[in-house]
Amino acid sequence: MKLPPSVSRTGRALLVPLTTVVIAFVVAGLVMGLTGTNPFKTYVSIFDGTGLNWLFPWVGGQTRTIASQDLQQTLVATAPLILTGLAVAFAFRAGLFNIGAQGQYTVGSVLAIWVGTSFTHMNPVLHIVASIVAAALIGGAWAALAGWLKAVVGTHEVISTIMLNWIAIWVATYLFQENGPLQGKQALGNPVSNTLPNNVHLPVFWGNPALQGLDVGIFIGLAAAVVFWAIMNRSTLGYEVRAVGHNPDAARGAGINVARNYVVTMAICGAFAGLASSVDVLGWQFQVSTADISGSQVGFLGIAVALLGRNTAIGTVAAALLFGALETGTAADNINASVINPELAPQLTLIIEGLVVLLVSTDLIAVRLLGLPRRLGLGRPEPGADLAQALEPDDAAAQAAAVEGFDAGPATTGL
Amino acid sequence: MTTVTKQPPRVAAPTTKQIGIVAVVLAAIAWVLTLPPIMARTPVPSIVLGVTAAVIGVAVLRDSNHRRLGGVTVAIGLIAIPLAIAMTNQTSANVREVFTWSAVVASGLTFATPLIWAALGGIISERSGVVNVGLEGMMLVGCYFGIFGADVCSSWVLGMLIGMASGGLLGLLHAYFSIHLRANQVVSGVAINLLATGITGYLFVAHYGDNGTPGTLPQVPNVTLPVIDHITFLDDAVGRQTNLLTWVGLLLVPVVWWYLFRTRAGLRLRAIGEQPRAASTVGLKVVATRYGAVVTSGMLAALGGVYLSDGFDGSFNFDMTDGRGFIALAAVIFGKWNPFGALAATILFGFSTALAYRLQTFSQTLGTLFQALPYVLTLIAVAGLIGRSRPPAASGIPYVKE
Repeated sequence: MKLPPSVSRTGRALLVPLTTVVIAFVVAGLVMGLTGTNPFKTYVSIFDGTGLNWLFPWVGGQTRTIASQDLQQTLVATAPLILTGLAVAFAFRAGLFNIGAQGQYTVGSVLAIWVGTSFTHMNPVLHIVASIVAAALIGGAWAALAGWLKAVVGTHEVISTIMLNWIAIWVATYLFQENGPLQGKQALGNPVSNTLPNNVHLPVFWGNPALQGLDVGIFIGLAAAVVFWAIMNRSTLGYEVRAVGHNPDAARGAGINVARNYVVTMAICGAFAGLASSVDVLGWQFQVSTADISGSQVGFLGIAVALLGRNTAIGTVAAALLFGALETGTAADNINASVINPELAPQLTLIIEGLVVLLVSTDLIAVRLLGLPRRLGLGRPEPGADLAQALEPDDAAAQAAAVEGFDAGPATTGL
Repeated sequence: MTTVTKQPPRVAAPTTKQIGIVAVVLAAIAWVLTLPPIMARTPVPSIVLGVTAAVIGVAVLRDSNHRRLGGVTVAIGLIAIPLAIAMTNQTSANVREVFTWSAVVASGLTFATPLIWAALGGIISERSGVVNVGLEGMMLVGCYFGIFGADVCSSWVLGMLIGMASGGLLGLLHAYFSIHLRANQVVSGVAINLLATGITGYLFVAHYGDNGTPGTLPQVPNVTLPVIDHITFLDDAVGRQTNLLTWVGLLLVPVVWWYLFRTRAGLRLRAIGEQPRAASTVGLKVVATRYGAVVTSGMLAALGGVYLSDGFDGSFNFDMTDGRGFIALAAVIFGKWNPFGALAATILFGFSTALAYRLQTFSQTLGTLFQALPYVLTLIAVAGLIGRSRPPAASGIPYVKE
């Protein structure tokens, strides 16, 4: 089943994920309905919790103030998700499965907070930049280790990045724990790092800094997405990365240094993940506790973000916004407790996220749904559509559409 | 290092590989010298041996054919030195307490058990050509539904079956998407993990609320072996405290190996994972076999989960698998899709985890750092010993019948 040819390629790239998102919400609504929660009221409550109602001009007064704060929260949560999403997406384009964004994020936050709380006499702007760069560099180095192991001894990156995740998490926990080398001087028995001085915070440009207004981290995320796009589509490196992703043997035959490519690709991925941590640390955390280290999921969510965004820059931004909004909208203090148990809401988020990712794993459902009107004889018949259908067996065409959407997705990672 | 001589030497010069292996053995001796039962109280012999091994390792490294062997020799030779110093700085009593080998074995098996189950599941699924990144989620539903079943039915047997069924159902979902809808299998697996976290969390909150699972539940029992519980060492190691699911899991390793490599059905499964089109041409049922394999995989992983919750812990908590499914996935690759190889990986992992916990006796602060040990060792082992591993040719690729 193929979409009508009149639907452009861009349109198709948009329609399929959108349809899957809608289906996911419907299915999650059914789950809620079955367990005795009103899905409509819940969705309205989640939507209001995301602050997206701020976009409606008729929302005013107190509601508007709260909405703006919620929207700031949503965007604060979106920024690191864009970056970890890019960290995973870049690897996927090279045919690598980077499960290690969480570890790269973790080492990044260690260095971001360390640089940020040391060297206190530095120029504040330079200090912020140094802290961000340090986080990106260590994240890149951490990931490059996995790329290097793959290039030199052929260690599968899935194993090495999983192991590096845990090594990063335990080392960071060791550093910030009670009596750990980097435990804060004022921490007094709490497993927390030093606190960033005020002049090393990322500037807040919308909302009240005391209430976690929106910092410039979101621009770092967006800029990284542009860089991602530029590297991938407008540079020799990106061309090589994609070539290796499509077929490493052919790329080698064409004279591309595949081994070097793995190392560079992973280093770039890690730099994105390291940036994500600096955005969190300098943007709103201002200190790192062992609970932050073990509780953070932002690197793992990056996998889902990348997949929903089909490993493209713009898609990753959109997917990160959806996930950031869901996380904020279902946070315990945003959700209306009379509608749904606040403890259930985050679980609901996970279910919706799971469904969304599950449905984007295949385009067949959306493609069939979208093709339904034409199948039923509605709408204008497409010239040549019958021929196309006669030539291509039903599902093979849909399969082609699915593959086209992914552009050397993780299928080539061959687990 | 082959010498080009016209006359063959009377005594064959040792090959680089042999030299490397000797160095590894030296390094291994350096490791155990300061541990019970030898318990040398000076680090000097270990340091000498470790340095020697490392130097030989560097020499081996220069041979480009044996880089990996050289690297691993250097690594374990160098690690031996701080290890020996640390051990000899501790009191003998402390060292003896940490390295009570029977206790290490017992606790290592505890950590290895859930991984063995999930890894076996992963092997069966991937050998049939379906990548299963969803092992983590399948374990997690096993955790929840195992406890839930044991609670509701007041029977651990039924709990086990319900847990297994839940994993099977999640496997069926993965199979439907991977096989029928030709989904990208990695994506579908990631989704399965998210879904399982959400579903178990949702049901846990909705059903048990803030109180958590009840304190007294019918648990999967430990098994006392009749003769072995009277033999020194073995009694403490495996004789009394070993869970039923550990024994069955260990037994299943040769069974799965036998099935895969010595039976007609196993050969067919592997053929379908390598060359589905050819397999289909000779009349094998690709789709049905893959469905069976993925569902079985889910049930096995779920039993690993049941062990975690209803066998070991006796309770359930949010996301309690804590990445074990991914470790199992690593074990599958480590073991090159062979049950015995995966078993070796899980044992290495389980034992080093057990040691890491026991090492906290030395220093509470450093104890946290030791928790990274299993991951470091696994990484060294994979990089040093396993190297490039080749997955089943068709794994991850949807099958389209012509």
